[in-house]
Amino acid sequence: MTTSTLGAPAPGRRFAGGLLKTRELGIVLALVVLIAYTAIDNPRFLSGQSIRDNLLNTAILAVMAAGQAVVVITRNIDLSVGSVLGISAFTVATMMSDNPGLPMIVAIAVGIAVGAVAGLINGVLVRYGKVPALVVTLGTMYIFRGLVYSWAGGDQVTADELPGRFLDFSNDDILGVPWLVLIALVVVGGISVMMRNYRIGREMYAIGSSPDAAELAGIKVARNLIVAFILSGAAAGLAGVLFAARFGTIDASAGNGYELNVVAAVVVGGVAVFGGSGTVWGAGLGALLLTVISSALAVLDINQFWQQAIVGSLIILAICADRLVAVRIARSLRKRDAHV
Amino acid sequence: MADSSAKPDNRAGDLGPARLEVADVTKSFGAVAAVQGVSFPLYPGEAHALVGENGAGKSTIVKMLAGVHRPDTGTLRVDGADVEFAGPADAKAAGIAVIYQEPTLFPDLSVAENIAMGNQPLTRLRQIDRKTMTANAEALFRRLGVHLDPGRPARGLSIADQQLVEIAKALSAEARVLIMDEPTAALSAVEVERLFSVVRSLRDEGAAIMFISHRFEEITALCQRVTIMRDGKHVATELVSELSVDDMIRKMVGRDLSALFPKQDVEPGEVVLEVDKLSREGVFRDISFQVRKGEIVALAGLVGAGRSEVMQAVFGVDPYDEGTVKVDGKKLKGGSPRAAMAAGLALVPEDRRQQGLVMDLSIERNVTLPRARKLARLGLLFGGSERRSALTWTEKLQTKLGKLSDAVGTLSGGNQQKVVLAKWLATGPRLLIVDEPTRGIDVGTKAEVHRLLSSLAKDGMGVVMVSSELPEVLGMADRVIVLREGKVATELTRAEATEESVMYAAMGQKVSA
Repeated sequence: MTTSTLGAPAPGRRFAGGLLKTRELGIVLALVVLIAYTAIDNPRFLSGQSIRDNLLNTAILAVMAAGQAVVVITRNIDLSVGSVLGISAFTVATMMSDNPGLPMIVAIAVGIAVGAVAGLINGVLVRYGKVPALVVTLGTMYIFRGLVYSWAGGDQVTADELPGRFLDFSNDDILGVPWLVLIALVVVGGISVMMRNYRIGREMYAIGSSPDAAELAGIKVARNLIVAFILSGAAAGLAGVLFAARFGTIDASAGNGYELNVVAAVVVGGVAVFGGSGTVWGAGLGALLLTVISSALAVLDINQFWQQAIVGSLIILAICADRLVAVRIARSLRKRDAHV
Repeated sequence: MADSSAKPDNRAGDLGPARLEVADVTKSFGAVAAVQGVSFPLYPGEAHALVGENGAGKSTIVKMLAGVHRPDTGTLRVDGADVEFAGPADAKAAGIAVIYQEPTLFPDLSVAENIAMGNQPLTRLRQIDRKTMTANAEALFRRLGVHLDPGRPARGLSIADQQLVEIAKALSAEARVLIMDEPTAALSAVEVERLFSVVRSLRDEGAAIMFISHRFEEITALCQRVTIMRDGKHVATELVSELSVDDMIRKMVGRDLSALFPKQDVEPGEVVLEVDKLSREGVFRDISFQVRKGEIVALAGLVGAGRSEVMQAVFGVDPYDEGTVKVDGKKLKGGSPRAAMAAGLALVPEDRRQQGLVMDLSIERNVTLPRARKLARLGLLFGGSERRSALTWTEKLQTKLGKLSDAVGTLSGGNQQKVVLAKWLATGPRLLIVDEPTRGIDVGTKAEVHRLLSSLAKDGMGVVMVSSELPEVLGMADRVIVLREGKVATELTRAEATEESVMYAAMGQKVSA
């Protein structure tokens, strides 16, 4: 620490920092306990195939959670991501079945572009329509879903209509790491670094921490909010491509209800619902935890219905922990002030 | 009045060209002209006070200089060149830093990040250079002579420390104009002295300081010149050394009492409300007063003196820590508006939109809201009884409205205020508390509200009126209780209360005449 000239504050800083870190640490701890318990009951839980499945299942959720985390950090929410995934998946699947020769990178680019446009619409409506994000994205969630339904009707794109290369993408590895997992790591890592080390990221935290102060500080709030929604939309669009490649059969209901899993992952991952704090990689960990819980319950032969109850409890626990940590930090800091 | 604005030039020789100039600036919000044709210069190396009563337009000037509002007409000049601020970022870029009464920090971010926000030091990869950022913050704090940990989050800092962080922010942005909007309102004497020593050294280094305060001892301690505003207009810009505190106050309040405030003389009856040593930690302390039947008692004081807070506590909206409230000699349970209503108290709050009315509900429903239970038969509320009761009171108050079933939000401000009054008068209170009863309503309706309050008092109701408008206080009140910083500064009878005596007490000055 470089505070030697200032005397006392160092231990307090470590204390506060430690508390902040416990959120992510708590998730890691929960993961370890859960995996250990499940593995003791059934050692096959730790087999290569099982780990691989868990990671592949996490990838899509983690990509979306990374984008959602940015939006939540700015004190907003994006409920349209499930529908955006649906539009992107159906667009890309249709395109690939019509033009089997297109390279994978084009599919990914189209998916991201579709999502980014959807995000732009959300961002503009929230910022310039002065409507709360909850309402705007609830509306666009239905609108985007309606678009897919009216376009697809009852049609679906099945695996045998898609080029083999496209489907193999979800199983292929590079240096032993599946492409899907690699992409998720790049997305979560990239957005984490952006939020941590770049001005735009810190401005996102500032906006969520105090929207009024952000305006007064001359931060470009409008631009940043729109970027946040575009990021979330683009992440959902990318997730749509991954979804199409992994499941092969795409109909108009692809990704239905995903938005709640995504929000759950973000909240469980320690991002404060009222913005301003939390990390993107924490949201990624949240996605991993939710995925592992559902597969562990299957392995432990516990009724799947319990899964929902457990996820719900985790969300409430996360929010309570949030409050508790905030109150504790405030108290400890106030006490220190009294001594100065 | 206007001729005095030429005076500041008498020191222009040693002050050099103006750093910042406000030239004939006007700003209106809707029909309200907040600032009309105000001009004054701000020189490098001077601390310049801006004073005026509540609502004189000081905050609007600050917001225009901060780039939050744009002037309707007139210009702002920085170093002699016209500037137009599209937003706070432009004002910042022009070297203007504003410290608001309520600090505007980001609670979740560290102190160092708060200071650096917007111009963080970057590494070659355009990432934020945290080491340099922390070192910069430490260097700033050393320069200011304060001990703050740059790594701690801003959440939980005392107001004084938050203000120091704001000053560090201004320093790091190399601000050449520092505007401080009542920075001392929430500070203790020691903290004020520390702040002033920092500000003085900034001033001596050549920054231009604009300082807004209601405390004259601070103005004389810190500032060389003072600009006085009244009702949105420029009154005078003079050297502080050439003005006595009396002169300043006279220039601030000196308006003609043209409006009539017809309070009828009433022989006060027995005591209705007795407040004894009421205290709430950090808000108000040892507040005692009585209100008799037929009396109008005004609570005067500056914004933030705790007037509304005291009455909210009396009515039970807010809690209090110590003291008692008695109605008709019986002790009233604290923290329960329901008990207060049952005892015969009624409170017409300051902010009708937020606390007084349900804007989307009909007029009749709003009027009968506090008594819905009494009007209901077998637990159900019938339209008929609601309408009859609403009609009686809206007619008595001469409310202009279309249908009783229209939403309250469709009425004008003055008529909304009448509906709020109707709502509480319909409960048949023995003591009526009105908070800023005429804020934001036109002169005609104002007079009607005054006449109404006066006739209610004549009929034996006790009235407590919280008001920031001195003419209203002086015209209406039988007694004036002046609060200052959460304490009773003085209690004046109708004969003793003048604009000067009330303002002196509100600002903590002794009457020197």
